[in-house]
Amino acid sequence: MATRDSDGGQQNANRRADEADEVTTEDAAASDLKERHEKLSEDVDSLLDEIDDVLEENAEEFVKGYVQKGGE
Amino acid sequence: MGIETEYGVSVPGQPNTNQMLASSLVVNSYANRASSTGSRARWDFEEESPLRDARGFELPREPVVDPTAPANEDDLGLANVILTNGARLYVDHAHPEFSAPEVTNPRDAVLWDKAGERVMAEAARRALTVPGTRPVHLYKNNTDNKGVSYGCHENYLMARSTPFGEIVRHLTPFFVSRQVVCGAGRVGIGVDGRQAGFQISQRADFFEVEVGLETTLKRPIINTRDEPHADPEKYRRLHVIIGDANMSEVATYLKAGTTSLVLSMIEDGWFSVDLSVEAPVATLRAISHDPSLTHLLTLTDGRRMTAVQLQMEYYEQARKFVESRFGADVDPQTADVLARWESVLGRLEVDPMTCARELDWVAKLSILQGYRSRDSLAWDSPRLELVDLQYHDVRPDRGLYNRLVERGRFDRILTEDEVVRAMTEPPEDTRAFFRGRCLARYPQQVAAASWDSVIFDIGRDSLQRVPTLEPLRGTKAHVGELLDRCATATELVDALAGR
Repeated sequence: MATRDSDGGQQNANRRADEADEVTTEDAAASDLKERHEKLSEDVDSLLDEIDDVLEENAEEFVKGYVQKGGE
Repeated sequence: MGIETEYGVSVPGQPNTNQMLASSLVVNSYANRASSTGSRARWDFEEESPLRDARGFELPREPVVDPTAPANEDDLGLANVILTNGARLYVDHAHPEFSAPEVTNPRDAVLWDKAGERVMAEAARRALTVPGTRPVHLYKNNTDNKGVSYGCHENYLMARSTPFGEIVRHLTPFFVSRQVVCGAGRVGIGVDGRQAGFQISQRADFFEVEVGLETTLKRPIINTRDEPHADPEKYRRLHVIIGDANMSEVATYLKAGTTSLVLSMIEDGWFSVDLSVEAPVATLRAISHDPSLTHLLTLTDGRRMTAVQLQMEYYEQARKFVESRFGADVDPQTADVLARWESVLGRLEVDPMTCARELDWVAKLSILQGYRSRDSLAWDSPRLELVDLQYHDVRPDRGLYNRLVERGRFDRILTEDEVVRAMTEPPEDTRAFFRGRCLARYPQQVAAASWDSVIFDIGRDSLQRVPTLEPLRGTKAHVGELLDRCATATELVDALAGR
């Protein structure tokens, strides 16, 4: 990832360079986020496979049959 | 503080099951197990009642409701036991309920709340051994999505001197917005869930008024029940009915921890700001219906902000309060609650999905979104409603939350060993210690117990009642040695009476 120059001797770094730097940083952050989301969705895929194995059969009938009386 | 939870109960394939009987079966099965593991854990009062076993096992082989059968609550009144961990396990209306023992801190609240889930799972497992019964499923959620809700109530001990008006003023905006942290997530909008969609809270749609005494009709954001189970001159017990039942340990921890902090600030008279919101009930629902967390609520001073930002305001107040009152002497748990609260709020603001390992509604939503995109399901798909329901199943092998934990996909703050221990051991720093240890040590001689007393039958003319009106007495430090020394309840009663 691009970082700002922290060298104390570079105080005259011009504005344009500074801005360019910032854009690169944002790009890197965005691609980081994208990677994270991709990894997350791979995770979710394998998670769904696991859940498929334990979900009750016949969802429609099952949730229809779940009827409670009031409590509290 | 303490958390009491009503569990949803169903016997799949038997939609007409008498839920009071099913709940009673579950509770009695656990009580019997406790008694069968040895005489030490037996509660004599339960065991000696000859009618009890008959009732416990009198379930019809096909548990179908007989509309002419008396729904006599007295008949079922015996499904009401006190456990050696100090908890009360009983049937409340048509739900098995675990009322956790009194604790002094949020982490312990999580511990005994989680122990309650394990007690319920074990109770349902034991119920299977009763001949002729079908499996009973238990769900730690708050609605059947058909118009009915049941509760998970928190209780906080407060100084009686705190003006109730101040509690209402500063707690209402907090309760309206805290669901972004401790909502459990729900598929369906409206009390009957008929409108398609996902919302943050299980309970929001069931609240109708701002302040009131009711818990089952016209539910209020602030409940005014005044039943301290302690010295009423000194204490009030704030009964909180607005919370969702959480599976996530972090969510329960933050729910109890942040609420305690806000209550401490109210007791202290700390608040100089007023964060009151316009139309609290409508705002509560609007926040719940917006999982994008972008809804702008309006404060009575005209400011507009999101629910996360309103929680941030409370966080900032709490941080300053703790800094001012305790400084560097802050206890580690309070510091931890503040740090986690800040971290979660900060991430909710940027990308809620980064909280999928910590918060119930986010974890649930991420699974649901996965199903929606993989299988092209609409929000009214029964499969999504099933995911919502089964997330709360207490069985370790079938409950989706439990599967996530098992697979290392959820952050925990407890170890499983300590949870198992908390199924039978009481907290050591409240009166629950005295109650629980008496039941463990003198099961034959405890005639009854309640939050504020333990009643012994030691063969004298009258029962001997030991009041426990002070919640912070009866601790291990206070009576541990005494209980160790007294081999029988007779010795204990005599020692307490100074004989």
